[in-house]
Amino acid sequence: MWKTIKRWYHQLGSPVYFYRFSSAVLPWLLPISLVLLAVGLAWGLAWAPVERYQGDSYRIIYIHVPASSGALMGYIAMGVAGLVALVWRMKMAEVMLKALAPFGAVLAAVSLVTGALWGKPTWGTYWQWDARMTSMLILLFLYLGIIALQSAIRDPRQAARAASLLAMVGVINVVIVKYSVEWLQTLHQGSTLKVIGESSIDDAMKWPLLISMLGLWLLYAANVLMRARTEVLNRERRAGWVRKLVNRP
Amino acid sequence: MSRVWWAALRRELTLIWRAPADMVQPLFFFVVVVSLFPLGLSPKPELLALVAPGAVWVAALLAVMLSLDGLFRRDQESGALDQMLTAPVLSVVPVSAKLLAHWLLTGLPLALVAPLLGYMMQLPVAVLGTLMMSVLLGTPTLTVVGAIGAALTVGLNRGGILLAVLVLPLYIPVLVFGAGVVRTAQDGLPTDGLLAVLGAILALALSLGPLAVALGLRISAGD
Repeated sequence: MWKTIKRWYHQLGSPVYFYRFSSAVLPWLLPISLVLLAVGLAWGLAWAPVERYQGDSYRIIYIHVPASSGALMGYIAMGVAGLVALVWRMKMAEVMLKALAPFGAVLAAVSLVTGALWGKPTWGTYWQWDARMTSMLILLFLYLGIIALQSAIRDPRQAARAASLLAMVGVINVVIVKYSVEWLQTLHQGSTLKVIGESSIDDAMKWPLLISMLGLWLLYAANVLMRARTEVLNRERRAGWVRKLVNRP
Repeated sequence: MSRVWWAALRRELTLIWRAPADMVQPLFFFVVVVSLFPLGLSPKPELLALVAPGAVWVAALLAVMLSLDGLFRRDQESGALDQMLTAPVLSVVPVSAKLLAHWLLTGLPLALVAPLLGYMMQLPVAVLGTLMMSVLLGTPTLTVVGAIGAALTVGLNRGGILLAVLVLPLYIPVLVFGAGVVRTAQDGLPTDGLLAVLGAILALALSLGPLAVALGLRISAGD
């Protein structure tokens, strides 16, 4: 098991192998993610039962929760990629870090917008400085910071390494921000947000949520692979295998 | 190793001492920004006391951030930074001396002036000690964390605004806890726990921060 993971790690660290691997995976990954997303959303938005207190307005959960979880996981993945890039100087980790940022930022923005739209009918306000909303806003700022830093540095390797350091600091920051706003900001306004635990959601509502969540995560993964492929081709444009690939009719 | 550290510290202090504008300007900025609040909001004491913790803290963290923009730039232009990175000592040694010197001559004065500004913002006198303590514990973290951003942007032309975009989100925990401590003291509640959290964040920043700054400088120098 451990050996297989190690071999995978080394193989995927090679741009050529990664390009071939992603060529094989993408034609499956992208359609599967889209189908799952379509099924989950259609099921959730049209067929799942109406919620007792919130009526139909709760249905935005099928977009809101997948987007929020995707944004959070994406940033943590960037921190891990940053660690790998700085410690082992693995080129593919740098590529991954760059590829993870744009879609993650979009998901954070989607999470904030859908959260605001959901907040209006249920809490009576679009925005409240609640712990979770504040954390997501900071997460969006951190994503934008990474993108800004990367676009400011011309050399791609240097840009990726700078972003790696920033992403690692950012992950530590996200954790501290979460606790700081939970302890202090909610002290003065009382908790307005109740987390929906596994047990408090009915199966008829849970399954479409899980399916659309999986669908969105896979779509994110497909997007990252596509961006990473472009970046690999750009970085390796002088390498023999890329020239052969491009010259092929 | 420690001889290099002391020499680096003396160099930094001398440099800042001979160009005192760098030291005075953040302090001046701090005072000016805080005095804008009574003028912009209204001079009502109860309103000012309500916004005082946040106003003083936001002004303090902006002052630290702006002062950091030039932290490595002059050394980079003169070539001293490259000497520092290629010298046969760990680059953390001169970097940590530099950070300490910077805090001594910008962060510490901010903490000393904070009670005065708090008083002008109509904070009760009993709270002023807590305000100073929170700024004293918070500004070193701001210096170290901001220096990571300054290190990563040192070679870039448009450092200033980019530095703000990178660093301000990282300052939020210090802001929340720092202003939170003062508000807690205003409510008459014990503040030891929150001050301890500020201290814990400081310990984390001091132990990992200088390493990250040194790494950032090496990344900016193209390794």
